[in-house]
Amino acid sequence: MSDASTDKSGPTSVQTTGHAWDGDIQEFNNPLPRWWLWSFYATVVFAILYWFLYPAWPVGDSWTRGMSDTTIVRDGQEVDVRWNTRYELVADMRSSPAAQRQQEYTELVAGSSFEEILNDPEMMAFARSVGNGLFGDNCAACHGRGGQGVVGLFPNLADDDWLWGGTPETIHETLVNGRNGFMPAFERTFDEEQLSDVAEYVLTLSGEAQSSEASARGAALFQGEEGGCYYCHTKEGTGLASQGAANLTDGIWSIADVPGQDTLEGKRQVVMELVRNGVMGSRVMPAWKDRLSETDIKLLAVYVHQLGGGQ
Amino acid sequence: MSDGVPVQLYKPRTAVYPRSVKGRYRYLKYSVLALAYGVYFLLPWLRWERLSEVDQAVLFDIEHRRFYLFDLIVDASDIFWLAGILVIAAMLLFFVTGMAGRVFCGYFCFQTLWTDVFVLVERLIQGERPARLRLAKAPWNLEKVRKLGITWALWLLIGFLTGLTFTLYWGDAPTLVSQFFVGAAPFAAYATTLFLTATTFVFAGLAREQVCTYMCPYARFQSVMFDRDTLIIAYDRPRGENSAGRHKTSRGYRSREERTEKGAGDCVDCGYCVQVCPTGIDIRNGLQLECISCGLCVDACNSIMDKLEWPRGLIRYTSEAMLEGGKPRFLKPKSVGYGVALIAALAMLGTSVANQDPFAVTISQIRQPLAVRLSDGRIQNGYEIKLNNKLMEPVRFHIRTERLPDSELDLGKFEEIRVGPGQRLRVLAHVRREPSGDLDKRTFDFVVTRLTGEQREVRRSANFHQP
Repeated sequence: MSDASTDKSGPTSVQTTGHAWDGDIQEFNNPLPRWWLWSFYATVVFAILYWFLYPAWPVGDSWTRGMSDTTIVRDGQEVDVRWNTRYELVADMRSSPAAQRQQEYTELVAGSSFEEILNDPEMMAFARSVGNGLFGDNCAACHGRGGQGVVGLFPNLADDDWLWGGTPETIHETLVNGRNGFMPAFERTFDEEQLSDVAEYVLTLSGEAQSSEASARGAALFQGEEGGCYYCHTKEGTGLASQGAANLTDGIWSIADVPGQDTLEGKRQVVMELVRNGVMGSRVMPAWKDRLSETDIKLLAVYVHQLGGGQ
Repeated sequence: MSDGVPVQLYKPRTAVYPRSVKGRYRYLKYSVLALAYGVYFLLPWLRWERLSEVDQAVLFDIEHRRFYLFDLIVDASDIFWLAGILVIAAMLLFFVTGMAGRVFCGYFCFQTLWTDVFVLVERLIQGERPARLRLAKAPWNLEKVRKLGITWALWLLIGFLTGLTFTLYWGDAPTLVSQFFVGAAPFAAYATTLFLTATTFVFAGLAREQVCTYMCPYARFQSVMFDRDTLIIAYDRPRGENSAGRHKTSRGYRSREERTEKGAGDCVDCGYCVQVCPTGIDIRNGLQLECISCGLCVDACNSIMDKLEWPRGLIRYTSEAMLEGGKPRFLKPKSVGYGVALIAALAMLGTSVANQDPFAVTISQIRQPLAVRLSDGRIQNGYEIKLNNKLMEPVRFHIRTERLPDSELDLGKFEEIRVGPGQRLRVLAHVRREPSGDLDKRTFDFVVTRLTGEQREVRRSANFHQP
C-alpha cells in the first residue's frame, strides 16, 4: 500500500490514495466503515453455507442438490427428497391451509347430492370456483370460455336448450360417458322440392316462417313414414333428449345458423343443407370418466348446470 | 505529496461514550421515551370488548386477513388505507422536517429511543463516561468481564422483550406468551423474536450512531428538505468565538467583561457539548450530517452557562437565517404546501374510515358470453355478485333488481343468502328479459338488502346487454 498524500490546494483537504494520473488527477480516499467490510465477509460465508444446504451449482446436466430434506407424497408413499422450491410447492399443494380447506369442501361435495349442492350457497361458490378451472382446462377448447359454443360445431351451454337434457343428472351422464350426436342424411330420401318443403315446415315450428302450402307438404313428410322425422323430433317437434334430438320449436339453433340469416330463403337453405347431409361423426362429446375424477366430474356438472340454463 | 500517513481503506469505528446531562430537552426526550415504551409494551395486553371472540384491542391477524384496532375492524379490502397512512406519514415527516429539522430523528425514532435506553443501562452498570472510557481501555480482567457481561445480558433481555412484544401484535398476547415458553408457538413467532432480539442488540448496543450515519435513508433525505429557515441546532459562532476564539476560564478570562476586552468569546471550551453527543460530533463545527437534532448539546451548554451565570443559548435551536440576523420564518410556501397536503390526506383517510361499509357488495358482469338468447326468445345476462360480510355475526341478504321492467332475476335456488361472520361469498345471478327493440344496453340496479339487524340497502348499477 502506498503512502497517502493530502492535497491542500483544492477547496477541501481530503486524504487521497496517493495515485496520480496525468500529473494532477488524484483519487480521494473516503474509507468505508470497517463493519461494512465484515458484513461483506459475512455474505461470502452465507453464500458458501447456502451452496451446501440448497440446490446451487449446475454440474453437467444435473446440479448439486444440497443437504436439506423435505418430505413429499409420491404415488401414495411418503418419500424424503432434497429440498427445492418445486417439492415445496408439491408439499404445499397437499398440506397448506388452503389445500386442506379445498380438501374439506371436495369431500363435502363428494358426499352430497346435486339437490343438496344446488341448495347450498357455499358449496355452489366452491363448485363455481373449482369448476371454472376444470372447465377452462378441459371444456373451453370446444365450448368456449363461457360455454357459449360455436354454432354448427359445439353446442351452447349457457342457454337453456339442451340436446341431451339439462338436469344435473343428465349433464353428469353426458360428461361420464360422452355423447354421439346423429341425424341421418336425407339426400336420397327427399328430392330438392321435398327438402325445401320440410325446411319450410321446420321453420314454421319456431315461427320463423308462415304456414303455407309448402309447409303443409313438408308437415306431411315430417309426420309421415316417408320422412319419419317425428321418430326422434316427436310429433310436436319438441325433440327427444334420449336421442339427442333437437327441439325445433324454440328459437335456438345449434347446427343450422338460422338466426344468422337475413332472408327466409337463406334460412330455408341452411335447414335444407342440414336435412340433406344429416349429422354424422361431427357432434361427438368425448367420455370423461377415465380422464377426470368422479368428484371433478360432479363439480363440472354443477358448473355447467349453473352456466345459464340448467333445469 | 506524500506525508507518510498510511492509506486507510476501511475505517474502524471510534466508539462514543456519551456523558449524561440534565436539561429541558433531556427531560422532553425521557418523557417521549416513557410514553413510547408504555404504549409499545402494554398495548398488546389491553383487552377490548367487541362482538367477535377477539378481545385484544390491537391485533393484526394476518391468518384471517383482518386487523383489529379498538372498535375498528380493518378488512383486507381496506388495504388502501395503508397507502393513506403512508402518505400521511410521509407528508408529516416532510412538513415537520422542513420547519423544525430532524425532529423525528432526535425524539421519536426507535433507534434513538432504544439507544437511549441501552446507554442508560450501560451507565448504570459501568458508570459515567470517564469510567466507561477507563473500562474500555483496561485489560481484560474479571471486573471487565463481569461489567460487560451484565451490560450485554441486560441489553439482550431488553432486545428479547422488544422482539417478543412485537410478535404479540400479531397473535393473542396471553396465549402466545404461554405458548412461547413451552415451545408451542408458531415458527414465525420464534423467528421474529430472534430476529428482533438480534437487531435490537446490534443496532442499539453496538452499531448505534452508525445506523443513522451509514444505514438510514431518512437521515440523508431529511437533510435535503432543509432550507435557510429550517430550525437546526447550532453554535452561535460570533458569540462563542468573538475575535480571538474560545478560551478556558483561566486567570484573566473569568468574567465576560475580561473576555470581551481580550476578544475571547463566550465558549469556555469545556467540551461538555462534545461529550454528551450520542453521535460523537462537535456541534461547534457547524451543521453536520451526523447530527440527529437531539438537543442534548443545548442542555449541556445551557447548564454550563447557568453555572457561569451567563445568558443561555450559546448552542440553541435556531436557523441559518436567524444566525445571520434574520427573523424566524415558518410560513414558507413549501411548509404550507406540505401542510395542506397533510390535512387533505388526513381528511380523506378519516372520511374513508368513518364511512366504512360493514358489508361490501360488488357486481361484475359475466362477459363471456355477454348475452344469451334463450329458447323462449328472451335474453339472459349473467352477473357475479360478491358479498363481503365484515360483521362478526351471520348476515342474511336479499337481492332484487330495479329499473328493469318485466325482467326475471334467477339466483338459483336461493331466496335469501346467508353469509357467515367475516365471510365472503360469490353468488351467480341471471337476469332474463324480453328483447326490447330500442337499446342494446340498458342500465339498471341491483338492490342488496341486509335483513339481519338494522335493515340496509346497497344499490349497485349494472348493464343489461342485448345481442
